[in-house]
Amino acid sequence: MEAYVGYFLYFLSLLTVGGIYAIFALGLNVNWGFAGLFNVGIVGFAAVGAYTYALLTTAESTYHIGGFGLPLPFGMFAAMMASAVIAGFIGLICIRLRADYLAIATIGIAEIIKLILKNETDITNGPRGINKIPRAWEHFSEERFYTSWPMSWFGTPENWEAFFDTLPNWYWQPLFAGTILLVMYVIYRMLERARTSPWGRMMTAIRENEPAARAAGKNVTRRRIEAFIIGAAIMGLAGSLFAQHLRLIEPTNTFDPSKVTFLVWVMLIVGGSGNNRGAILGAFLIWTLWSASELFITGAIDLIGNIFSTLDPSILQTRAGFLRMMLIGILMQVILQRYPGGILPEVRPASPKADKKTAGTTGETT
Amino acid sequence: MWDAFGFEFVNFYLIPGLVLGCIYALGAIGITLTFGILRFANFAHGEIMMSGAYLTWTVMAIAGYAGLTLHPLVAMVPATLLVILLFLGTDKFFYKPFRKSETIKVVMASFGMMLIIRSAVQVIWGPNQLTFVRGIAKPNPVLSDLSNDIGMMLIIPNKHLFIFAGTIIIVIALSYLLNRTRIGKAMRAVSDSPDLAHVTGIDVDKVIRATWIVGGICATAAGVFLVMDVQMLETTMGFRMLLPMFAAAILGGIGKPYGAVFGGLVIGLAEELSAYPWIGDTPLLSPGYKTGVAFAIMVIMLIVRPQGLFKGRSF
Repeated sequence: MEAYVGYFLYFLSLLTVGGIYAIFALGLNVNWGFAGLFNVGIVGFAAVGAYTYALLTTAESTYHIGGFGLPLPFGMFAAMMASAVIAGFIGLICIRLRADYLAIATIGIAEIIKLILKNETDITNGPRGINKIPRAWEHFSEERFYTSWPMSWFGTPENWEAFFDTLPNWYWQPLFAGTILLVMYVIYRMLERARTSPWGRMMTAIRENEPAARAAGKNVTRRRIEAFIIGAAIMGLAGSLFAQHLRLIEPTNTFDPSKVTFLVWVMLIVGGSGNNRGAILGAFLIWTLWSASELFITGAIDLIGNIFSTLDPSILQTRAGFLRMMLIGILMQVILQRYPGGILPEVRPASPKADKKTAGTTGETT
Repeated sequence: MWDAFGFEFVNFYLIPGLVLGCIYALGAIGITLTFGILRFANFAHGEIMMSGAYLTWTVMAIAGYAGLTLHPLVAMVPATLLVILLFLGTDKFFYKPFRKSETIKVVMASFGMMLIIRSAVQVIWGPNQLTFVRGIAKPNPVLSDLSNDIGMMLIIPNKHLFIFAGTIIIVIALSYLLNRTRIGKAMRAVSDSPDLAHVTGIDVDKVIRATWIVGGICATAAGVFLVMDVQMLETTMGFRMLLPMFAAAILGGIGKPYGAVFGGLVIGLAEELSAYPWIGDTPLLSPGYKTGVAFAIMVIMLIVRPQGLFKGRSF
């Protein structure tokens, strides 16, 4: 029984992190898949979201500013807004320039955000980071939540304490995973709606043929900035979920560009850019590969360590992690060259007026 | 004029700024040439620089086993050849397939290469810091004595003199190449107008190869100079250099090598001088924000004058 619980929890953690990455990938899909904006600053938006959420929702602390103890949904909303504001700022400057400049600017802003998080020790506690970030569902069992307003209506602190003692200590895990999957599904539905709407079709038109879209009287710059902001807001939300999952965030290792930005890019490219379902599929697929390869590598290292006892397994361990990164990079190059559409290539939304027989029930043509 | 104030300013801010500027300038030359001739922002450039420094370290280590103590500048020569091969191989396998499609695909490929090269370096050399030469660099005694005699004490370690000399030699060689040789003129022609260059019978593939070779030489030199300056090799140094180098290339104007040199010097000086206590006693800007200076300059250029100071290409 115990073993099954272990597998179950491993599966749940795969779903949790995979779901968070899927939200990142959906956000990137709005940027890149819809509007063709090359955003390589995902890690920056994630960090903004995570830190906004962390500062607003943690309990009063002497290490960083505030710890305002605000409700969790409010923190998540603020994370989206903060990310959107920064994206709006970059968008206004760079979107009219060529894609390369946007790439440089986004990678730059991501680094600047990390610099600020690292240097403003009074606000963010600098490199030591913020800990005890409340995680949705698990936070109910924390004292400051069950002694305060909505929960204190339903029971005394002693009652709540007794109640949480009866639950297994992983009770929050299915609920947290479920919440993330729900958020992911809601975003997916909204983006699907956006994609098939006039707005989404306009985005495709702008991406494919900008002069024609401009000639047709579309406000290209404004649409692009919109797409950039929406994508960044989704990334900010994913960042706040990331902070909840980790519970401890710090600027350098948590927000390593290669592990956030790059992995999300690989997920979107493998899954199929422009296709929301592809983004989700790619995220779960790559994340499963990524974490399964960790188990595999550990096994292989044990084996090698047993055969060649002169080698130090810890060195192998760190290098194997880099090797994995390299293989993921090569995978991306192969997909980019051989299967540019990804696993689920983009499906063009058709006009609702198109022939229903060829368009099918969802109004899509291939 | 030349008092403790001037001494501090020149030796601890101006000269380090120029050294950093030289390094940025060399890196930015490669970036601006690829941006101008191949028309894409090469994100892997910083990593190539870093791998050049690691290869130099390896050459020195191998020579060390054989009982030879090589100066990094000597060990740089075989390393440069390897870096050029790396550049050409990367181009052949990862960038060339996209040459006919949209440029953003190549940018994506270069972004992937950035991670692949960095991971490869981490796999081969490990994540720990390495160093060319240990110990504190002493200032050049001849120079400090001479300058002390005329009342302007200069403290410049030999490594900085090597960096200055190396940069000047490379820039002179580059300007000879671009202005006097056939291939250099062809490179400038392709940078100005690829279609026109093609029509006049310039072999674009050859020009691209030449671009990688020039970029490879400058990148290795920049990487080695950087390591000579900070005396430390780490795998993230290429990524850290990337943003200032792009800022230098944009400041000078894309496709303009002299602009890149000028931009590099400006960015390097601005980064170091921003930490100088211009007002009051505290640094104007906390040294932690040095990278931010380069970014701020870049953003201002993108708003005000995207074509750069030297009227480069603006897309």
